[in-house]
Amino acid sequence: MDGQTRIPILKVGRVLIVPIQVDMDDQTVIHLQDRILSELERTGARGVLIDISLLEMVDSFIGRVLSDIAAMARIMDARTVVVGMQPAVAITLVELGLELRGVDTVLNVDEGIRLLRSEFGIDDDEEDSPFGGGAGAFAEQVNRP
Amino acid sequence: MQSRSIALESEHDIIIARGEVRAIAARLGFRLLDQTRLATVTSELARNVVKYALRGRMTAQPLDPAQGRAGLRLVFEDSGPGIPDVAAAMRDGFSTGRSLGKGLPGSKRLVDVFEIESEVGRGTRVTVVRWL
Repeated sequence: MDGQTRIPILKVGRVLIVPIQVDMDDQTVIHLQDRILSELERTGARGVLIDISLLEMVDSFIGRVLSDIAAMARIMDARTVVVGMQPAVAITLVELGLELRGVDTVLNVDEGIRLLRSEFGIDDDEEDSPFGGGAGAFAEQVNRP
Repeated sequence: MQSRSIALESEHDIIIARGEVRAIAARLGFRLLDQTRLATVTSELARNVVKYALRGRMTAQPLDPAQGRAGLRLVFEDSGPGIPDVAAAMRDGFSTGRSLGKGLPGSKRLVDVFEIESEVGRGTRVTVVRWL
């Protein structure tokens, strides 16, 4: 199943939400990076929120790709937040010597949205924004190959 | 508990290996943090096998407290190109590929015992132990 695992990318307002809920092989990780960047370009989203709360391990490969995603997104004028890292994963990452350079990490999705909104000035002037009006609003699932 | 051996021949085998090591570690009574350390070490070392030697093998050996000390030993073996300069490979930031060079030195920090034997043209064997 190399490269076949599909990680959903949801666009909510001006933020791409990427919930990683399965253990990913390297091809899937690389493929996900490509898809996030092309969705940033396609949608003009300004933030990327990657939820790794279900990831039981982040090794140097996944760590490097998370840093790369943040660096490339920044060049495209978007900010990346990684949310929900398990404590055991965080401790192991530090011991490995990984810093996740350029990646902001917060505890949960709420905090992630708040950070993107306040620190990075990703406003909610779009009518389908999840920040202002009705909760949840519209989530467009991006499912192109 | 019996030893378990897993072939490492594709990227998908890396996932199988780290999942299996986590399950064995849990059964042996390792706490969550140590399970995570062992799964992460497995991912790093299994990737090295697949990336540099194309194929090899991992063996997980539970260590019986009756014969010394309880723990889990993991052996990663391949018949690949070998590592010309092991000392350099063990330094933080050294990489021949496009990795961060954290794999070997980082792995060493996650375990209690870390041994590496390598001969150019013959292959590499990395043995790690985490005590329970």
